[in-house]
Amino acid sequence: MSSLKELRNRIASVKSTQKITSAMKMVAAAKLRRAQESAVAARPYAERMERMLGSLSSAVQGREGVSPMLSGTGKEDVHLLVLVTSDRGLCGGFNSSVARRARRKISQLLSDGKQVKLMCVGRKARDLMRRDHGDKIIESYSELDRPKLTFDAADQVADKISELFDAGEFDVCTLIYNKFQSAIAQIVTEQQLVPFAIPEADESDEAASDTEADRSVYDFEPDEAEILDDLLPRNLAVQMFRALLENQAGEHGARMTAMDNATRNAGDMIHKLTLTYNRTRQAMITKELIEIISGAEAL
Amino acid sequence: MAAEQPIEFELVSPAKLLVSEPVDMVVVPGAEGDFGAMYRHSPLISAVRTGVIRIYEGDQVRQRIFVAGGFVEVTPERCTVLAEEAMPVEDIDRAAVEAELTDLREDLGAAEDGQKDTVARKIAVREAMLAAAA
Repeated sequence: MSSLKELRNRIASVKSTQKITSAMKMVAAAKLRRAQESAVAARPYAERMERMLGSLSSAVQGREGVSPMLSGTGKEDVHLLVLVTSDRGLCGGFNSSVARRARRKISQLLSDGKQVKLMCVGRKARDLMRRDHGDKIIESYSELDRPKLTFDAADQVADKISELFDAGEFDVCTLIYNKFQSAIAQIVTEQQLVPFAIPEADESDEAASDTEADRSVYDFEPDEAEILDDLLPRNLAVQMFRALLENQAGEHGARMTAMDNATRNAGDMIHKLTLTYNRTRQAMITKELIEIISGAEAL
Repeated sequence: MAAEQPIEFELVSPAKLLVSEPVDMVVVPGAEGDFGAMYRHSPLISAVRTGVIRIYEGDQVRQRIFVAGGFVEVTPERCTVLAEEAMPVEDIDRAAVEAELTDLREDLGAAEDGQKDTVARKIAVREAMLAAAA
């Protein structure tokens, strides 16, 4: 059994850890609310953009000379995976779940004989992938949300992706990020960015297409190709921005939950340690008493 | 001239949904000229110039919103503007924009070749913003 002094030190140390974790939880909760608001506010734009691209791509479908960003390069040998994670740790399984999904995807692609390249957005993605797949990382970003996550940051990443695509560095680009569901649930999501995957019509889309009758009757100003050339890189940035926002909200949510658990664990531990401490103290007192009494009796 | 039925107008920027309401008519600065969108406009997808969107109620301009480029999708019932940046004209803070403009002009001198275009574009947007607020 450990000595009283050791136990006292243990308790003090756990208490100070608990203070830190509960402070981190508060901070995460405050940041979460802000991040969640901006993530929710950004959703309409991305949705409208997808809808517009959907109309456009069905209008140009099957035509010659369509931008390869829409129709693909005709092969899918080189895959670019863009991993979005946080810069900081202490947020439970948030980052490792993205990494796990990425590893599975990589081994699957490799066994299919494809080539894989990685782009890491967020420091943790790079840290987690460096050991096994360090040779595949072609680009990494960090601290994009400092001082504040702006559209420009997403634009910067998207520009790089377009540039790589134009240089023929990859054929298919997939984004892997945590979608914010609630403070306790983040869903790892894969989204194909290039070539643009026409979103599957859900119920609301169906209703919309009923009223809009035939989509192919759209007029275009200037022509389809020119709009598409502008819209596709733009869409890339928008989807990237959305992923970054979702990631940010998810990060704070995950950290809040993780820190809440940590605070509770620390509480339990303090309780147990205090119990042991008191018991040990009692035992020592009893022992001393016995010694005195038996000493007196021996006389 | 009152519109027989309003058109659903939506204006979204990457940061948020700015406007979503039925309006009588909305005039959008399209890539090939300004156009008005009313109920039963023919389906159209167009690029949007940097300029001012005007929302009409009857014959009156009810609101003027500055947009910095983007895209617009018009269907008979709906007009959706995806703006790169958008701000109601009355909210433009001339002093703040001018300060930003000065900063950007300094940046332009220091910018590397690759970034010159971006900075120049931002300057053009700020200048248009000032013009709109004038």
